[in-house]
Amino acid sequence: MKTKLLTLALSAAAFATVATGASAATLDDVKAKGFMMCGVSTGVPGFAFTDDNGDWQGFDPAVCRAVSAAIFGDSKAVKFTPTTGKTRFTALASGEVDMLARNTTETFSRDVDLKFTFAPVNYYDGQGFMVRKSLGVTSALNLSGATICIQTGTTTELNLADYFRANNMNYEPVPIETNAEAQEKYLANACDVYTTDASGLAATRAAFEKPDEHVLLPEIISKEPLAPLTRHGDDQWSDIVKWTINALINAEELGITAANADEMSKSSNSPDVKRILGTEGEYGAMLGLGKDWALNAIKAGGNYGEIYDRYIGPKTNIGLERGLNALWNKGGILYAAPIR
Amino acid sequence: MTVASDFAEPSEPFRIGMLFNDKRYRSYTLQVITIFVFMLVVGWLVDNVIDNFRELGKEFSISFLWQPASYDINQTLIDYTSRSPHWRAALVGILNTLLIAVLGCIAATILGVIIGVLRLSKNWLVAKLMTVYIESLRNVPVLLWILLASTAFSAILPSPRQAPTLLGGGFVPTNRGFYIPSLVWNEGSLPLAFLFIASLIGAWLFGRWARARQLATGEILPVFWIRLAIIIVPTLLLFFVLGRPIGLSLPELKGFNFQGGLFIRNSFMALWLALSLYTAAFIAENVRAGIQAISKGQTEAAYSLGLPPNRTTNLVILPQALRIIIPPLISQYLNLTKNSSLAIAVGYMDVTGTLGGITLNQTGKEMECILLLMLFYLAISLLISAVMNVYNNSVSLQER
Amino acid sequence: MSNTNTPSTNSVRYVSTKVLPELPAPINTSGPIAWIRANLFATWRDTILTLLFGYFVIYALMALIPWAFLNSVWTADSLRGCRETIVGHSGACFSVVVSRFNQLNFGFYPSTLYWRPILAFVLMFVAFAPLLHENLPRKLLWFSAGYPLLAFWLLWGGSIAGPLMIIAMVVAAFLVGRAVSAAISPTIGLLAAFASMVIWLLFLQSPLTELFAGIIPIGLESVETSKFGGFLLTFIIGVTGIVVSLPIGIVLALGRKSDMPIVKMLCVGFIEFIRGVPLITLLFVASTLLNYFLPPGTNFDLVLRVVIMVTLFAAAYMAEVIRGGLAALPQGQYEAANALGLNYWQGTRLIILPQALKISIPGIVNTFIGLFKDTTLVSIVGLLDPIGIMNPIRSTPEWNGIVWELPIYIGLVFFIFCFTMSRYSMYFERKLDTGHRS
Repeated sequence: MKTKLLTLALSAAAFATVATGASAATLDDVKAKGFMMCGVSTGVPGFAFTDDNGDWQGFDPAVCRAVSAAIFGDSKAVKFTPTTGKTRFTALASGEVDMLARNTTETFSRDVDLKFTFAPVNYYDGQGFMVRKSLGVTSALNLSGATICIQTGTTTELNLADYFRANNMNYEPVPIETNAEAQEKYLANACDVYTTDASGLAATRAAFEKPDEHVLLPEIISKEPLAPLTRHGDDQWSDIVKWTINALINAEELGITAANADEMSKSSNSPDVKRILGTEGEYGAMLGLGKDWALNAIKAGGNYGEIYDRYIGPKTNIGLERGLNALWNKGGILYAAPIR
Repeated sequence: MTVASDFAEPSEPFRIGMLFNDKRYRSYTLQVITIFVFMLVVGWLVDNVIDNFRELGKEFSISFLWQPASYDINQTLIDYTSRSPHWRAALVGILNTLLIAVLGCIAATILGVIIGVLRLSKNWLVAKLMTVYIESLRNVPVLLWILLASTAFSAILPSPRQAPTLLGGGFVPTNRGFYIPSLVWNEGSLPLAFLFIASLIGAWLFGRWARARQLATGEILPVFWIRLAIIIVPTLLLFFVLGRPIGLSLPELKGFNFQGGLFIRNSFMALWLALSLYTAAFIAENVRAGIQAISKGQTEAAYSLGLPPNRTTNLVILPQALRIIIPPLISQYLNLTKNSSLAIAVGYMDVTGTLGGITLNQTGKEMECILLLMLFYLAISLLISAVMNVYNNSVSLQER
Repeated sequence: MSNTNTPSTNSVRYVSTKVLPELPAPINTSGPIAWIRANLFATWRDTILTLLFGYFVIYALMALIPWAFLNSVWTADSLRGCRETIVGHSGACFSVVVSRFNQLNFGFYPSTLYWRPILAFVLMFVAFAPLLHENLPRKLLWFSAGYPLLAFWLLWGGSIAGPLMIIAMVVAAFLVGRAVSAAISPTIGLLAAFASMVIWLLFLQSPLTELFAGIIPIGLESVETSKFGGFLLTFIIGVTGIVVSLPIGIVLALGRKSDMPIVKMLCVGFIEFIRGVPLITLLFVASTLLNYFLPPGTNFDLVLRVVIMVTLFAAAYMAEVIRGGLAALPQGQYEAANALGLNYWQGTRLIILPQALKISIPGIVNTFIGLFKDTTLVSIVGLLDPIGIMNPIRSTPEWNGIVWELPIYIGLVFFIFCFTMSRYSMYFERKLDTGHRS
């Protein structure tokens, strides 16, 4: 009897698939494991969701897939871990995930105090307000006394408190855990206003039965540069994430797409294109990757513009215009450092 | 027992093996080993924490509690703004937890007793419905009930602009919460409050006097009605004499929401309702078991002594049933208090939502926040357990 | 009355000399009408209650039945499709349950491998059967003992070498324990067996597994923990928690009854601490703190961390249940064990525990029901259990805006399992009751 009970106790202990190496060379660990681990959110329309097969899709997972393709040449060598506002930073700090692509705002304290390294911003956002048209509100300054739905665990609630305090207005906060819940409450008119990043608002509004009845107010009360992040202290790994994103943005600028990448790598004479696609220079090797790292990353899901258009662009039902996120030479502020 | 000296302990010389085999030393050996292993494990854990903190460049300190919290809380029982420090936010959360726990326990007890009694009803329909209620509530996770209650409130009730005002404008149900009239304390309400408290004391003194008189003379007074009169009449008289110093503030629709009156938020209502309904199902079972445990002979004996039915219940059945009901009842209270931490799922700002939620997220001090959170719940639990032990002791003393 | 056998026709005039035929009972004391009168309208208070509750039941059914059954849609492929089908009246859109049925039950487990969790689920009943039913062959207990390994292998896959090495470890630990207890003392033997298992797990398990995995090429396709979700996850956490917490609970309960003050203090401290804090704070520990308590760089996945904390949680409650069972045993049993010359472990193993555990089974089942329901809390730390998986489903373009249907399905499944278990525990309790009287 006793030995049996001990068996039960210890067989469970043996289930532990103990993996080490959160600290030093993440790339070596990832290569040894054969996959990388990526933290995403538990669900934001367009940005992270699961399809019928249970595969993670969306703007954020696409970044992870590109990084995975850059490392392994295989966009499927990623394990996704859904994280909440509360668990995301611990998951990254403890090495449960290798990178976090979960529309996270880059802030001073997250960088310096929580000790994370932010990759280049892949989505410029700002906190906005959505209200019903029928309320007749035209400015956020008319919102005094309103009931406002906010997602907790984000910078949103801090911005909101500061904005209303600065403008001497009062409001009734309704803290909410997930986007789906917020949407449910807002549609049922349990709050007058839903506030989150403008992209999230647009995505949410697009899914409504009657999107025309809702309007985004013109005020954007905060800067929300959303970027993937990695742990402090492993520059090689941070560089891989950083330059994969830069490569995706540069690819759009140079007109390299998933479809023509292979062909351009052979035929193009542009030194910029050649450097990115690995036919000139040893940039892959400097990162500890193969020559065709960026080529693979682009082939995984297309360049930045293609990813954007596939998941959140104007043609999807999310319908976000490029706006700030257009390339610098097309009226936006997306300005990736050159690969040279 | 004179031969006992023959069995005196043999004075063998001490050997190492005796540490394991001799009953006199074995327990010391084991305890020393236990404490050694325990210290080793604790030391290992603490050492790991120190290592991890050093590696991440963190330090263990609760000084963040004095930084401004920077976020707003909707339901605050004490003054709080977004500039208040984190400890005050935690205090707001603690008070909200206590509020939901106390109100939840009261509601669950009342509901549970009614349902438990109704389940024993001879009325088939009533008894069956109560069984269905108890089984369906008990066998579905409380988290699901909380989520459902919250959804029900926001999906079924009307928005403030379409909300009906019931009971002469006094009660407005909306999908954001319920507005009820609140009391306005005008000049002259202080003496009124004093008088009310004085009448309460008077009613209590009267009860004692009436009991003493009953013991002495055997005469029974209509204590309940006289007490009610003592409590209500003088206060009511003074209320009108002073020109109605306590008024009502009614909710009115202004701008986005109703203003005035007391606003009970839906997050609170959903949590309160779900927790009390859920716990009531368990309490109902305890009540039923308590009543059924009293043998029928007790009732018959009371009847044969000539006690009328209601006095039989009050004097014979209830005191005995309560002794069985109260210990599990208190552990249900404990469960309810602990389950109130699920407030986080509906956005009710209890201590898990403030200290263990937003404060934790904004400061990144997981270790400190969660340890403080556990400490708080542990203190509450130990307090309730202590109350239970005192009660159990007082009951068991009466047993002969 | 003494001579009833000889009826005298003289002294009593109005007595019938023959037995009258039995008449049917009056219509209002038997049959459905009488039943209705006695059970629904006995007094005016009953009448009012019946009318009130009857009205409530009819009203609720009138609202519910058209929504849930008559107007509900089961085959649409999106919420929009549902809304187009049910225009004008309200109806449920159960299509979401149909279309995401597999996700709700298995999470993201590969669909070609569904037979593995299903097989593990079915075998679970076989494994539990000998513990809950007395008249099954005792040999089945060996299967129960091996089941955790089998289930682990079925669910996670991988080479069969891992589970085999665990069996080898248990055998080795048993041999070490027996040798040491024969040489020194049973208590030290137990400790030695335990220590040898720890050593095996730390140093021998992985090299041996790798070695044998090369030799024995039998294996299943391995599935990562992150693919687990839905009710599969509920069962894994709940069942592992309860099974592993049983031995820990036994040790804690024995420790709490022990006459060694330090052991007792540690056990009481642990039990009261765990029972004093809400499960959600322990899950926060699992999701955010547990990594701090392990050597830097150690890291294992959230499911396992949650299972560890849930197990500790359940162990404290289990300890209290078993303590109740130990307390219910008459003191004479302990004294009898001593009088037979059995030492502490022999007495506990052969006399005390079998009886105490038997008395505790209803309590253990109740603890399990509680734990099973409490597993839903893992959704708060981001695991995709049924409640957690509602969120990704509701974020998809097709099902964005769905409200009632998913929680109704989830609640129904929980109800079926918990209700069945609670009925079984009551049945078992009654069976035990008669066992004591005879």
